[in-house]
Amino acid sequence: MSAAGWVAVGLLGGTAATARFLIDATFASRIDHPFPLGVLAINLAGTLVLGLVAGAALSGEALVIVAGGAIGSFTTFSTWMLDSHRLADAGHSHLVWLNLGLSLVVGFAAIVLGHWLGTAL
Amino acid sequence: MRVKQSDLRRLAAIYVGGVLGALARVGLAQATPHGPGGWPWGTFAVNMIGALLLGYFFARLSDHPKDSLAHPFLTTGICGTLTTFSTMQLELFEMIDGGRIGVAAAYLGVTLAAGFLCVRAGIALERRPEVAR
Repeated sequence: MSAAGWVAVGLLGGTAATARFLIDATFASRIDHPFPLGVLAINLAGTLVLGLVAGAALSGEALVIVAGGAIGSFTTFSTWMLDSHRLADAGHSHLVWLNLGLSLVVGFAAIVLGHWLGTAL
Repeated sequence: MRVKQSDLRRLAAIYVGGVLGALARVGLAQATPHGPGGWPWGTFAVNMIGALLLGYFFARLSDHPKDSLAHPFLTTGICGTLTTFSTMQLELFEMIDGGRIGVAAAYLGVTLAAGFLCVRAGIALERRPEVAR
């Protein structure tokens, strides 16, 4: 990848992390519930867009910059896992399964839908 | 809207962490290419390392609460950006699309189980008893 490509990955990664923080904080300030709805919404939205980008046959350096730099940075695995641990620790075992199940099932539907939309473009 | 300077400094810390996390993840993915339907070692490695580190930093903040810029830099910035959910879903889709159902089931199961254990291991690592000197 070119030097400009790496710069783009870094800048988009920082922007995506900041956007993730602001969106999650907005959800947290408006919803008084232990379920991590903000991270769920972020992960599902990012997954839909990634499916679209992959389906639209973006390739090479452009794909690495958009998929890896922006969308991959926006969504998060570690926070999803930590939130699940915290729900389990607080005794909300049904919310743990809801958090894992919704993310996986709706996430897979999002990648399929995004891919289909991207291919149709 | 008035934005406090401390908020801007926190956003800047998260931005810098995000730059580093994204470069590390994409760099590792570029260095470890995998064939379609093959085991995505790059994504798997960053997700496990990020989960371990996030558990550690989370425990450290719980045990020593203080409002420092290091915390958002390390957690939301580096760990949040180093790890990825969407790429994992795309890899699962490609495996299933390519008829490699067994690999997809193994990748999903191992990622979830090991990711959860990594968070717990990170927390346990921070809370380990001090070694007597």
